[in-house]
Amino acid sequence: MASVFSPPGFDFSNQLRNNFIAEKGLPLPKATSTGTTIVGCLFEDGIVLGADTRATEGPIVADKNCEKIHYITENIRCCGAGTAADTEFTTALISSNMEMHSLSTGRKPRVVTAMTMLKQMLFRYQGQVGAALVLGGVDATGPHLFTIHPHGSTDKLPYVTMGSGSLAAMAVFESGWKANMSREAALQLVKDAISAGIFNDLGSGSNVDACIITASHTEMLRNVEMPNVRVQKERQYGFRRGTTAWKSEEIRNLIVSEEVTMLGGGDEMDTT
Amino acid sequence: MERIDYQQLKAGEVNLGTSIMAVQFSNGVVIGADSRTTTGSYIANRVTDKLTHVHDRVYCCRSGSAADTQAVADMVTYYMQLYSQSTGTPPPVHTAASVFQKICYENKDQLSAGIIVAGWDKEVGPSVYNIPLGGGLFRQPWAIGGSGSTYVYGYCDATYQEGWGRDETVNFVKNTLALAMSRDGSSGGVIRMCVITEEGVERLFVPGNELPKFWQGTEVLAAPKGKAVPPEPQVVPMAVE
Repeated sequence: MASVFSPPGFDFSNQLRNNFIAEKGLPLPKATSTGTTIVGCLFEDGIVLGADTRATEGPIVADKNCEKIHYITENIRCCGAGTAADTEFTTALISSNMEMHSLSTGRKPRVVTAMTMLKQMLFRYQGQVGAALVLGGVDATGPHLFTIHPHGSTDKLPYVTMGSGSLAAMAVFESGWKANMSREAALQLVKDAISAGIFNDLGSGSNVDACIITASHTEMLRNVEMPNVRVQKERQYGFRRGTTAWKSEEIRNLIVSEEVTMLGGGDEMDTT
Repeated sequence: MERIDYQQLKAGEVNLGTSIMAVQFSNGVVIGADSRTTTGSYIANRVTDKLTHVHDRVYCCRSGSAADTQAVADMVTYYMQLYSQSTGTPPPVHTAASVFQKICYENKDQLSAGIIVAGWDKEVGPSVYNIPLGGGLFRQPWAIGGSGSTYVYGYCDATYQEGWGRDETVNFVKNTLALAMSRDGSSGGVIRMCVITEEGVERLFVPGNELPKFWQGTEVLAAPKGKAVPPEPQVVPMAVE
């Protein structure tokens, strides 16, 4: 029989422990966050999404070339900022649900459907799921671009930015965006906006990813711009071979060699 | 009306530090709002539409947390669709307001939402309902809300008169919101208005550079000049999607 009495319901003892540990001055472990620049922009026949590729854990760059433009459906993509794990899993879950939804309705998925699913999920978690998203796509009703905040509020705008580099990127959009831009002009503007984040925001860095969505085609442009490529060092900092002098030399054989001697006979396994 | 308790908002939450308003007139209502959405000191959206469709002739003005008010408005929109589909008649404004009030009251500890519901129905004609933070429900001839409203209670009391027509009411809403937006840092941008009557819903839009101008404070310091007449601000009907 069980000797320990366990009451019914939830067990909150870990919270007590965590509070005790926090009181002792040990902070809780940090989540990998994508201190990020993500943007989206409407143009004459679709949407351009953009993202940088830096993931951070506090002051440390955890990944120098991560992917922040997530797949929702063939005609809908979603950029994620905030807690990396949360953006990764919420977009994967909604992607799965969108596939099921279009299979059951027999229709091409719509951007508002993904937006509603995301906002209702994020609202249910009351901001605990730290996902800040830029959702864009083209469907039967035309091109759509949304921002979704971690608490579940949404905005529909012709050009949007999010993440720690959003201010730098928005400055580029506010001065450069025009209605009915060409595909090339829109892509260039998105590149400039992300570059503004990469160079002026400490939380953003590395390369530019972009994604162009039109009614007929979706084009993912991975590392469309690489302004931070590591170059060959101008000097060698390693010591030359033979810099350190030695007085004696001894070479040991580190390979263990064993010799098996049979005692008696006819007992060993026949491996022929 | 209570002011929005900013302490209650969660850190980083998107907030509608707002100026909203709804006024009843002889054969309809005029509702209006500024267009600013903020996250701390950053303007997350400068052209927000805080006048939210609930049913054909019922709209609401949202103030407080953007996430909370959007979620509540979506729920009420759903209930109103259910109502009109099952009864075959459009819901009265009071019905929509009651559902708003029920949700706001029952979840008062979780929500920060100050909502004004306004519209037109066959039973009572035009009506305005105010649902402040605690989840009360008050029918009023005019209602103002949001952080900017505290600056213009006196103006509204001194200006409002019964028996106005459409154009006088539109001007009252426009002037009140312009005054609130000029004094409240959390409000600003453009003015969006809706005129809801039996015939339909007309959307009005006042750009940020054409807001009504009042005392600007420059005369005190500048040298006296000939009387300059400020240009008449224009109200441009907006194309609805």
